[in-house]
Amino acid sequence: MNNPARRRALVRGGSLAATLWVGALLAGRLVAGEREDRVIEIEAKRFEYTPNEIRVKRGGAVTLAFRSIDFVHGFSLPDLGVRADLVPGRVTEVRIKAKEAGKFLFLCDNFCGDRHEEMNGMLIVEA
Amino acid sequence: MDRRDFLSLAAVGGGAVFVASLPGCGSLAGTDKSAGTDFYFVQLSDIHWGYKGPANPEAMVTLGKAVATVNALDIQPDFIVFTGDLTHTTDDPGERRRRMNEFKSIVADLKVSNIRFMPGEHDASLDRGMAFKEIFGATHYRFDHKGVHFLALDNVSDPGTKLGDEQLAWMGEELDKLDKAAPLVVLAHRPLFDLVPKWDWATRDGARALALLQPFQKVTVFYGHIHQEHHHMTGHIAHHSAKSLIFPLPAPGSQDKPTPVLWDPAMPYRGLGFREVDANPAAASYVINEFPVLRT
Repeated sequence: MNNPARRRALVRGGSLAATLWVGALLAGRLVAGEREDRVIEIEAKRFEYTPNEIRVKRGGAVTLAFRSIDFVHGFSLPDLGVRADLVPGRVTEVRIKAKEAGKFLFLCDNFCGDRHEEMNGMLIVEA
Repeated sequence: MDRRDFLSLAAVGGGAVFVASLPGCGSLAGTDKSAGTDFYFVQLSDIHWGYKGPANPEAMVTLGKAVATVNALDIQPDFIVFTGDLTHTTDDPGERRRRMNEFKSIVADLKVSNIRFMPGEHDASLDRGMAFKEIFGATHYRFDHKGVHFLALDNVSDPGTKLGDEQLAWMGEELDKLDKAAPLVVLAHRPLFDLVPKWDWATRDGARALALLQPFQKVTVFYGHIHQEHHHMTGHIAHHSAKSLIFPLPAPGSQDKPTPVLWDPAMPYRGLGFREVDANPAAASYVINEFPVLRT
C-alpha cells in the first residue's frame, strides 16, 4: 500500500483504531528513523499470520500494520529485538528497517491455543 | 549398597548421568533432623494429556506406562514433581477440567503420594490458571525438603509467558527469608533464560527472576517445555530441562521451526522419558539419571 491517503485512512480508521509504533534501535540492526511509505497489512488470527512471508530489501524500511481479529496475539521478531501485542480492534504498526540480509523467524509469543506453536512467519531481507 | 552406589549401577544401563555440583558447604535449609540427608526425587514433564496427533499415536497409554515404570523403581523417590503441560490445551473449559481430572486419576496410581504439580501454558494460559488452581492447587509456591529450599515458579498463567510483577515480588520476599549459602532448587515450566526466543523458548521477564537468584550461591533450576534433556549455565546457576512424555522436539535452534520429531513405529517412545534427581544437600550436588518410558 503505497498510497499516502489510504495509509492515513488506515491509521485513523475508526474510533477503535490505535497505532503502536515500535521504533527500535537494537544490536545495530534496526534504525529508527523517518517513516517511509511502504506498509504491509498483516492479519493475525488463530493460528496464522496472513501473509506469513515478508520480503524487504536490505536497508529498506517497512511498516507492518497488524489487525488481530480474535485474540491479543503477539508479534515477536527476536533477532531484531522487536515485539508488540496485537490487540483486536486496533491497527498495530511495527516499523522495521533491517540492515542485514537474511531470514528472520517471527512468531506469536502470547499463548493462543492448540496450534499456537505453529503461528509464525518469516521476514526475508534480500541483499 | 547405598543410594549413590545404586544410581551408579543404574546409570550403566539406564541413561545419562549429569552432575551439577558447586563447591563449598553452606548451611542447610530447615531445622528438622533429616536436613542434609541424601534423597532423590523424580521429575516428569510435558505429558499433554488429551493430545491427539501423529507425533504420538500412543498418547493415550504413554502416561500410564511411565507411571508403571516409576512404580517399578527399586527405591521409591521422596517426592515427584510434574513441571507443567500436564494436559494439552483446549478452548473448552469443561474439556480442560475433564482432561485435568483424568490426568489426576492416572497419576493417583503412583506409589508415592507426595506429588507436586506445576502448570504449563497448555494447562493455564487460556484461563490464567483458573482450572489448574481448582484441581491441583497453587501455581507457584515454596517448600523445603531435607535441607534444600524449593521454589516452584509459574511462568505460564500469564499468556504473555511472564512471571509478572506480583509473583516476582512474592519471590523476592521468599528469597529474603533464606540463607544465601543454602541449597536452592527452582522449578519452572519454561526456561528462565533466553534459550531460543524465536522458538518461544524463553520467559519474557525471566532475567528479573535470575537477577533475584544471583546472590544465592547454590542454585539449580529444573524445567520442561522444550521436550528434551538440555543443560545450560547462566553464571553460576545451572539449568536442566527434562524430556517429555508426548513427543520430542528438535535440538535448540537446529532448524527453522520447532516441529515435533516424527514418531518412529520401529522405536516407539524414542526420546521420551523422565528423570531421577539424586540430591546431596551437604554438597549442593545433583546427579541426574534419565529413564525411558519403558525400562527393559
